[in-house]
Amino acid sequence: MEKFILENLELFYFVILAIFVGIEVIGKVPSVLHTPLMSGANAIHGVVILGAIIVMLNCNDDDYLNLSLGFIAVLLGTLNVVGGFVVTDRMLEMFKKK
Amino acid sequence: MNTLLQIIYLFASVTFIVGLKMLSHPLTARRGNLFAALGMTIAIFGTVLIHDLEISSLKYVLIFSALIIGTALGWISAKKVKMTQMPEMVSLFNGMGGACAALISLIEYHHYIGVNTAVISILAGLIIGSISFSGSMIAFFKLNGTIKKNYSLPLKNTVNNLFLIGILIFAIYIQINNLPEIYTYILFVISLIYGVLFVLPIGGADMPVVISLLNSFTGLAAATGGFLYNNKLMLTGGILVGSAGTLLTFVMCKAMNRSLSSVIFGSFGASSTAASGGSDIVLGNMKEISASDAAVLMNYSKKVVIVPGYGLAVAQAQHIIHELELLLESKGVEVKYAIHPVAGRMPGHMNVLLAESNVDYGKLSEMEEINPDFVNTDVVLIVGANDVVNPAANNDPSSPIYGMPILEVEKAKHIIVNKRSMNAGYAGIENELFYDPKTSMLFGDAKKAVTELVAELKQM
Repeated sequence: MEKFILENLELFYFVILAIFVGIEVIGKVPSVLHTPLMSGANAIHGVVILGAIIVMLNCNDDDYLNLSLGFIAVLLGTLNVVGGFVVTDRMLEMFKKK
Repeated sequence: MNTLLQIIYLFASVTFIVGLKMLSHPLTARRGNLFAALGMTIAIFGTVLIHDLEISSLKYVLIFSALIIGTALGWISAKKVKMTQMPEMVSLFNGMGGACAALISLIEYHHYIGVNTAVISILAGLIIGSISFSGSMIAFFKLNGTIKKNYSLPLKNTVNNLFLIGILIFAIYIQINNLPEIYTYILFVISLIYGVLFVLPIGGADMPVVISLLNSFTGLAAATGGFLYNNKLMLTGGILVGSAGTLLTFVMCKAMNRSLSSVIFGSFGASSTAASGGSDIVLGNMKEISASDAAVLMNYSKKVVIVPGYGLAVAQAQHIIHELELLLESKGVEVKYAIHPVAGRMPGHMNVLLAESNVDYGKLSEMEEINPDFVNTDVVLIVGANDVVNPAANNDPSSPIYGMPILEVEKAKHIIVNKRSMNAGYAGIENELFYDPKTSMLFGDAKKAVTELVAELKQM
């Protein structure tokens, strides 16, 4: 256990710092921005698509099952990313000044 | 890994952090969203193209097809839906992300059997992603009206909690015994079921809080993928959303005056319901709003209608409300006053009061004239008025004010009610308008509250 912590110390720092950044960044959000902020965060976690891409890059060319599943995963991830950013943008249109 | 790709990931991490920060301020929100999108796009293309692997053309075709189809579907559906459908779209896309994470785990498990740290990340991603997927889909169907009831099993909380514990025990069992792949498919299915059980009993009005929670779950699932591949961008994005999303969930609960446990486990939230006279309808929850939030709402409106009442006179706030009107108009907001025939303590009370503070007479609208306009009004600011905006006059035959024509403010997009307290108005009855989902309460003396609004607006 001790070895695990020592070997991955930087990772622990990273995680803790990232958690604090997430908290700080939300700070004082006006309630009118709650939904767009949630939508923007939704789009950002679409970064999971990178995992799907890595899966597809690494699988065998004749592994049709995993190629298909990977294809679906990339498609779902893209929906999260593109849908997420576009929906957020639409919500924020109302903040355009005349 | 390739240095260029690492630099791209570093850049993208910055766009996520800065973008999210910019999303919390009205002036920079839109650009923040676009900035994060930029980082994401570059990172995606970088991941596909920058590597030392031998990739067949077939695979590239598959990857790019998935990207193109997903982009087309996502873009078109996001653009075409009505604004009222936005929350359910957020839930839908959140579910897609969760499903993506679950699929990654299902695919990767058998490559990593026996590698403890990897398997833990994979199983965690599987469980969290699946719960997020099925939960988000239930939320989607609840919000678009397909699921109308809240289905609650008896002892639902006990059942749900036991189910979750069972899932965790099963996952640990799989990991310790290095069980074959088929067991992860079982884990997948029972996690999906739990997601359904989790969200199904929760009411539609609480859905935004649930979606925010599921949002942070998907962020966590993305982070587990980051642990697995040692992908710093997935880690950054995932932890950022997991952490920010969790905090946002609590903030949303506080704004609704509900605790998270009352949303999830379903006990009654804190609300003042002292029904006296009138009917026994369950009034629901009241939301409070701060002066700064109210100022933001009004600043970005095209049309604001002020409904003055007796409270305005009591507080002698007619001068400061004129100042508010002028300030809003200087920001391009159209402002009108809706004068109900019996507002105040006598007909014409409000006209006299506002004339005293030199409000332009043309800005005062009578009830019949302005009632049709409320649908086009962004914010209605009710200052010290109560009975003249009480929907019971239209809806509740047992109410003492039934039949009285009222200002139809509930048709507007946002309603802000300024009162000193929750004391009843002149007619001594409850006002269900205060519990409407579009209504927020700005408590305090009218003069003090409007002065604060003016101060906040001046800073924008």
